[in-house]
Amino acid sequence: MTDTTATETRATPRRRLNLQVLGPVMALIVLIILGASLNSNFLSYGNVTNVLARSAFIGIIAVGMTFVITAGGIDLSVGSMAAFIAGVMIMAMNYMIPTLGIGMPLVLAGMVVALLTGLAAGLLNGFLIAKVQIEAFIVTLGAMGIYRSLVTWLADGGTLSLNYDARSFYRPVYYDGLFGVAWPIIVFALVAILGELAMRKTPFGRHCASLGANEQVARYSAVKVDRVRMATYVLLGLLVGVATIMYVPRLGSASGSTGVLWELEAIAAVIIGGTVLKGGFGRVWGTVIGVLILSLIDNILNLASIVSPYLNGAIQGVIVILAVVLQRESKSAD
Amino acid sequence: MKRRDIFKGAALAATMALAAPAVAQDKQTIGVAIPSATHGFMGGLNWHAQAAIDRLKETYPNLDFVLSTAGDAGKMVNDIEDMVATRNIDALVVLPFESEPLTAPVQAVADQGIWVTVVDRGLSQEGIEDLYVAGDNPGFGRAAGEYFAENLQEGDNIVVLRGIPTTLDNERVEAFQAAIEGSGINVLDMQHGNWNRDDAFNVMQDFLSKYDDIDAVWASDDDMAVGVLEAIDQAGRNDEMWVVGGAGMKEIIKRIMDGDPMLPVNVTYPPAQIATAIELTALGLVSPTPVSGRFIIGSQLVTPENAEQFYFPDSPF
Repeated sequence: MTDTTATETRATPRRRLNLQVLGPVMALIVLIILGASLNSNFLSYGNVTNVLARSAFIGIIAVGMTFVITAGGIDLSVGSMAAFIAGVMIMAMNYMIPTLGIGMPLVLAGMVVALLTGLAAGLLNGFLIAKVQIEAFIVTLGAMGIYRSLVTWLADGGTLSLNYDARSFYRPVYYDGLFGVAWPIIVFALVAILGELAMRKTPFGRHCASLGANEQVARYSAVKVDRVRMATYVLLGLLVGVATIMYVPRLGSASGSTGVLWELEAIAAVIIGGTVLKGGFGRVWGTVIGVLILSLIDNILNLASIVSPYLNGAIQGVIVILAVVLQRESKSAD
Repeated sequence: MKRRDIFKGAALAATMALAAPAVAQDKQTIGVAIPSATHGFMGGLNWHAQAAIDRLKETYPNLDFVLSTAGDAGKMVNDIEDMVATRNIDALVVLPFESEPLTAPVQAVADQGIWVTVVDRGLSQEGIEDLYVAGDNPGFGRAAGEYFAENLQEGDNIVVLRGIPTTLDNERVEAFQAAIEGSGINVLDMQHGNWNRDDAFNVMQDFLSKYDDIDAVWASDDDMAVGVLEAIDQAGRNDEMWVVGGAGMKEIIKRIMDGDPMLPVNVTYPPAQIATAIELTALGLVSPTPVSGRFIIGSQLVTPENAEQFYFPDSPF
């Protein structure tokens, strides 16, 4: 597991690395034990499916975010971007119903629209950051506001809803699955596995890490810095499109309040999973653990209702910080 | 259909921008300052404000209107100052973005002898406004609670989804609890769904995993009701429980009109209250009709029989 990380990690003793890696996993296991002891339905098929399927949107986005952050960037626009893509996708599908009718072609066309919109949004972010050299924080903060108000404008301040029949046809994409595993979970797993492989086994993953660690050194090592940086944002935009494809069939609607704070949840999941916020080191499977930790906290708080719901946010905050502290402590353990 | 609406919206915005400088002499001007359409309810409110203005312009040709929408309290203060300074308004209708920051600026407007109508959210000091128009939050909770008390048996179980933690939400929930007190209805759980479809969907999924026996859900808002219904549908427990939302979203009202067994009733909290405020203010300007005081719009129970009068198919909400 150390083969693709920087040489300094390779030189460290095995025990230290294991503890660091185990931090988020331990937090996840503790949460699962806690949940199971608080409510007997926690480990039921229904609840596990609910939690995993719910995690899929943030999860798919967070896998893309892992690459952006590993390469030393940040993207604050993904939540608004998801809302905007959902809005465009719904409008496009409603618009195409007279020509395509209700059926597979319509759904596929909707998916293509979502992916293309995501790709375009990612390209725009990437272009402004990598080529025009504007700070990623500023570009994506601006994009966040732009997409959020665009979707509000498209919806005329209300809600964009997918045509009822089209929605009934499209609905199984969220609610059904293969062999009892819901589609969003399958897609999330595929994205995570491919992301993990790309991060560890491909030049792209190594280039992201070297770019995040030291841009100058990466440049002198013949890494095409601009292209790699741009690619991370394009990949993220595309994955936001994929997440939207799974999101739209769930409620069949998009509004100004869709995807609020998803960007922070995705970033938090990436950091909980052990990716370094400053860049230089990324761990896709850690991100998956981070996403699961975040959704499990919500789920357990709802299932247990042991404390006042006013305090849910505080508990969430404490657990997020603890999960990261656990890593830091084990890092400096020896 | 939606596309067409966009162009209509764009055309509208363009004409509004063009029409703005055209102010005739002995016209009376009413300034309207409201929050921008960031969510469903405010979208409806914006639509009703525009509709009321169009209607009144036709009825009273000597009335002129300035409508401004603000995304935050600071912009709303600027808008109001601009209206007073450059448009010389005779009356102001304002839905304060937040009570505290708007109190002093609105007080300054009132001190210049301009008629002030405050809508929905009160100012933090009493006695500034000439007219106060608002929905009835305790009534909103009470109407729903009374329906639950009448239609459930002793020992029946319900769950409640609350909005964003605010005094408004507290007033509604307290009145609801007071109304079901003594009925023997068992409130299994209350969680915040933040007036958001996705949050409500997640919370309801968890309620369904947690409780085997739920007889009814008070979703307390129609956006949340949409998420709740979807979660119940996914769990295949449609026959077990019914859902009461609130605020009168057109899709929900439509389903009540059609007699959906899962949505027996709804409770209004009308975004059209802005229209009430503008109409009353206009009435006060053009005629000697006394309109000062407080006008609280009751929260009504929408049933399949009367749903039609609450259905606005053109409104975005």
